[in-house]
Amino acid sequence: MTEFLRSDVMLAFAVMTAVTVASRLGGYWLMGYVNVTPRVRRMLDALPGSIIVAAALPVAVNGGPVVMFAILAAMAVTIIRRNDFIAVITGMAVAAAARAAGFGG
Amino acid sequence: MHSTKIDKAPAYWSSAAIVPGIVAIGPMLPGTLAFGMAFGALCAQKHLTLAEVEVMMATVYGGLSQFVAVQSWPDRLTPSSIATLALLTLTVNIRFMLMSATLRPWFGTLPAWQAYPSMLLVTDGGWLAAMRYRDHGGADAWFYVGGGIVLYFVWLFSAIPGFLLAEQLTDPRKYGVDLVMPAFYAAMLVPAWKGPRRAIPWVVSGVVALVVHHVLPGWWFIIAGALSGAVSAGLMDEPAPVHPQGSAA
Repeated sequence: MTEFLRSDVMLAFAVMTAVTVASRLGGYWLMGYVNVTPRVRRMLDALPGSIIVAAALPVAVNGGPVVMFAILAAMAVTIIRRNDFIAVITGMAVAAAARAAGFGG
Repeated sequence: MHSTKIDKAPAYWSSAAIVPGIVAIGPMLPGTLAFGMAFGALCAQKHLTLAEVEVMMATVYGGLSQFVAVQSWPDRLTPSSIATLALLTLTVNIRFMLMSATLRPWFGTLPAWQAYPSMLLVTDGGWLAAMRYRDHGGADAWFYVGGGIVLYFVWLFSAIPGFLLAEQLTDPRKYGVDLVMPAFYAAMLVPAWKGPRRAIPWVVSGVVALVVHHVLPGWWFIIAGALSGAVSAGLMDEPAPVHPQGSAA
């Protein structure tokens, strides 16, 4: 590892960046051609919850009992306190404590 | 009542929303830092240089996609292994397309030279916080951009201590770092709850994501679930107007 920035690594990053930038700009650009009817409005409104569930649920289910329990704890704290910060700390702490206590997953 | 939504104000720029925007993403900062540190440690194990790691943090700027890509980083980069990395990145990050699409009704009235650079700051957390602000009638573009810029620089910095402390951070799960995003997501889902009817697309999204996760390798489940949820919301009829109880003759 004598090189500071290897050219093949930079090329890989450039390709990954191009794909990501295209995703970030592409949705906004495409929506310029879409008429925001009430139906489209409902689809857009459903996206935040749908993305959250789609991204987190398979991770939770496959993470095993520790991960599921930690996520449930984070949600319970949110329902009681409505504080995102405490929710994230709770989720991390519950998982860290359970693993320290010897629970796998 | 023909529409469920009142029309919201078009975007404008006022520095008044910078501080509230930063406060809104505040809960994500410790988690972002922890996630970035874990990523830095992973990169050190994969023998990337710190300069390379920082270039990746600054350009790709997608935490989950970077993690997934470096975890499967090939020993030798060939055209085909780079193409594999690109496809992997696309499956993880194509959700950004849906996110920036939802920002169009808000940012659409701004000139392109202001709107498109703003879209480069789309992240899960920044976008979710901005959507919640918009949902409450907010229109100040600085709310989203201010929070997004802070998240960007915290992310840039976060890999450095992780890279340097790689020896101590070989198992980030010990500290619950893998819970940062799921716990934040779960916390954002609670205030998004607007009754069982509005949650039907979530159920569709969850079921499709689980099935796709089961049958397809990789990360297609995110975009498949999210799109299914949105389409199901579009197919549902407009909610019936709410009548006061007992008003029917």
